[in-house]
Amino acid sequence: MRRISFTLILALAFPALAAGAARDTKLSLVAYSTPREAYGQLIPAFQKTAAGNGVSFSQSYGASGEQSRAVASGLDADLVAFSLAPDITSLVQKKLVAKNWANDKWHGMVTRSVVVFVVRDGNPKKLKTWNDLLKPGVQIVTPNPFTSGGARWNVMAAYGGALRAGKTPKQAETYLAQMWKHVVAQPASAREGLQTFLAGRGDVFLAYENEALFAQQKGQPVQFVIPKATILIENPIAVTSTSKNKPQAQAFLKYLRTKPAQRIFAQNGYRPVVKGVTQGLNFPNRPQLFTIKYVGGWAKVEKKFFDPRTGVMARIQASSGG
Amino acid sequence: MAASAEALPTPRARRSAAPGLAIGLSTLYLSLIVLLPLAALAWHAHGWDAITSPQAVSALKLTVVASLVVALINAVAGTAIAWTLVRDRFFGQSFVNALVDLPFALPTIVAGLTLLALYGPKSPAGIDVAFTRWAILLALLFVTLPFVVRTVQPVLLELDTEMEDAAASLGASRFATFRRVILPNILPAILSGVALAFARAIGEFGAVVLISGNLPFKTEVVSVYVFGRIESGDSGGAAAASVVILALSFGVLLAIGGVRRWTTRHDR
Amino acid sequence: MIGKYVVRFAALGYLAVLLAAPVGYVFWRTFRHGFWPAWHAVTTPDAVHALKVTLILVAIAVPANTIFGVLAALAIVRHRFPGSGIFNAVVDLPLALSPVVVGLALLLLYGRGGWLGGHHVVFALPGMVLATMFVSLPFVVREVVPVLREIGTEQEQAAATLGASAVQTFRRVTWPAIRWATAYGVVLTTARALGEFGAVSVVSGRLQGQTESLTLYVQDRYQAFDEVGAYASAVVLALIAVTTLILMTALKPKEETR
Repeated sequence: MRRISFTLILALAFPALAAGAARDTKLSLVAYSTPREAYGQLIPAFQKTAAGNGVSFSQSYGASGEQSRAVASGLDADLVAFSLAPDITSLVQKKLVAKNWANDKWHGMVTRSVVVFVVRDGNPKKLKTWNDLLKPGVQIVTPNPFTSGGARWNVMAAYGGALRAGKTPKQAETYLAQMWKHVVAQPASAREGLQTFLAGRGDVFLAYENEALFAQQKGQPVQFVIPKATILIENPIAVTSTSKNKPQAQAFLKYLRTKPAQRIFAQNGYRPVVKGVTQGLNFPNRPQLFTIKYVGGWAKVEKKFFDPRTGVMARIQASSGG
Repeated sequence: MAASAEALPTPRARRSAAPGLAIGLSTLYLSLIVLLPLAALAWHAHGWDAITSPQAVSALKLTVVASLVVALINAVAGTAIAWTLVRDRFFGQSFVNALVDLPFALPTIVAGLTLLALYGPKSPAGIDVAFTRWAILLALLFVTLPFVVRTVQPVLLELDTEMEDAAASLGASRFATFRRVILPNILPAILSGVALAFARAIGEFGAVVLISGNLPFKTEVVSVYVFGRIESGDSGGAAAASVVILALSFGVLLAIGGVRRWTTRHDR
Repeated sequence: MIGKYVVRFAALGYLAVLLAAPVGYVFWRTFRHGFWPAWHAVTTPDAVHALKVTLILVAIAVPANTIFGVLAALAIVRHRFPGSGIFNAVVDLPLALSPVVVGLALLLLYGRGGWLGGHHVVFALPGMVLATMFVSLPFVVREVVPVLREIGTEQEQAAATLGASAVQTFRRVTWPAIRWATAYGVVLTTARALGEFGAVSVVSGRLQGQTESLTLYVQDRYQAFDEVGAYASAVVLALIAVTTLILMTALKPKEETR
């Protein structure tokens, strides 16, 4: 009897001891589609660290806006990583992410990139600046800024580029309208945009550097130039307020900003948010680089440019035919 | 046949449960699976300017016209294909028959990629219709291919050839036989397939979105426009636009049902 | 006589451009680098799991829509009830909704804050099943209805006057007549359920290794520039559809072969 009860006590004690030592947590990461391979490398690397020991992940990748709407509709998430900040702010409005999500050293961002011109072999039309895009006969391919949130980076890069060239805001809007007359295809997403361009449409495709680099790594015949004036794309990440594993999620967030993790991001084509991890990789500095703040910040920009009824882009789309 | 050992009951009394059951069960199923989500959508509809803006109207016009054209082409082509697969005999017939459903089974992104590669700027046959309205027709014809074929095939298989033989022996030409004997019998099936093709064409997104280029007023179909509304945070407007599209489609579907009733008005 | 060849030539020409060329292209892209790369692409754990998810969706949606289809066709054609014309038109409506809107409707209904929200329907298999049932609903109905109209009620009435019950009449008189139509309806429903992407994408939550169907996996591979993976998975879907057709046509009795 005594032996059995001692064994019983041990059997009962062990799970409790085990639980205290290394809790088996499952973190749910909901992200946009491009960093899939990066996270595929980052997660195992994190699991090798002390903080990541015993933490498993459920991962979901899809179009940034669609993923954001999914979380708003109840998709369980501990971490959300999207292509642009508005996809997180919409969750703040639904009380799924804390209001102060961006109050850290990196303003809530985890990776960066820039808007680039993907061009034909040898850049025959010599497209280097935003003004070059207005040359007669130049055909532009860019994702539709209404069906692809990420495409808004392209529009704001063009607008900011016009401002950098000395134009007034009104003139910059006119520039956008003129540029849009050269658009010959508006694919629904960035990936489809590259497909459209590689299938032979257009002279230039407005893309993000990290996606162009990724395509090159995968053997696609992609050549690109970075205009002097271009926007700094910043991709946000946050822990949700509904997360049941906040400590582990925060630990993963912290890990993502360490040098080894940022090095992995850089190797996947992203510009890092910390210094000193880009040895051997080519991320040219651009003299007239600007951020979304330069053109007004996302809140103002969303309303002014991308409101489906009154936005500048809505007006430009509506007047392109009709 | 009727091996019942009981005394013969009145047919009406024994059959009373069946119609009610069929109607009740199918209505319940339809309500749960289709009507409930549609009701939630209609409830959420807000902001009718989403469908009254010039861009929306243009997209809607383009989509409806394209869908009608595609439905009509399918009526003719689908019937011809069904005829060839049922009444004709040639080498590789069952192979061709097996392929007919593939436009359905292939994910729409693959359909789009394939059509872009074959009939786009780098077409091996030199046929480049991508990013024009012809591309929309092409993509819609691809995804609606199986409909009329598969609705007419079973009817053709069931069709008694007696009347056709009688007409032939009376000296009717093949065309007259087709027009007066066969066509009235397969017309309801053709119309069934046409209704399906029209509905699918109205709602198609994936196969069209890549190859059309989505240029407003030129090649933007209404499903892409509605998606744009959802992505811009105006899901209420998207729902409103969808309700209008549904009402329109519903009207056309009722009209097709009316055509069927009118063309078979002399039967039974 | 010429007419037969004109029809055959026109029909096959149409099919060559619209069907054979695209299907051939898909197979070419799949096996361009040989058989084994394609095989490896579809036997990864994620691909196999995605296939299982798709098969589950098909295994539930197709029988449900088939039973509904036959019952609804009988209701519409044989038992004319008030509103059967409207019922008939409503059956086709699921097709007219674009897939993203179908997803939106299901999220509005079963998602957080929805009328039937909070029961783990969406972002899980049940939601995906509902989406699949929604988009593949009309086909059996549409196939069976014209045939029911075509064959008329004479034989069924004869059976009834001889004392057959509704079930007996159905089993021995109606069913043999609509068997072909139902079979083709099943083939179409299966093909549609296999190929559905948009609606399932929205309601699935795309949880890797959990709620990814094979069509979602295709898109996944396409995003990653894994051409062989994407096309090979599409070939798997195509093969399942063809197998379904072969099964359905093989199940018919020999005397109906022409």
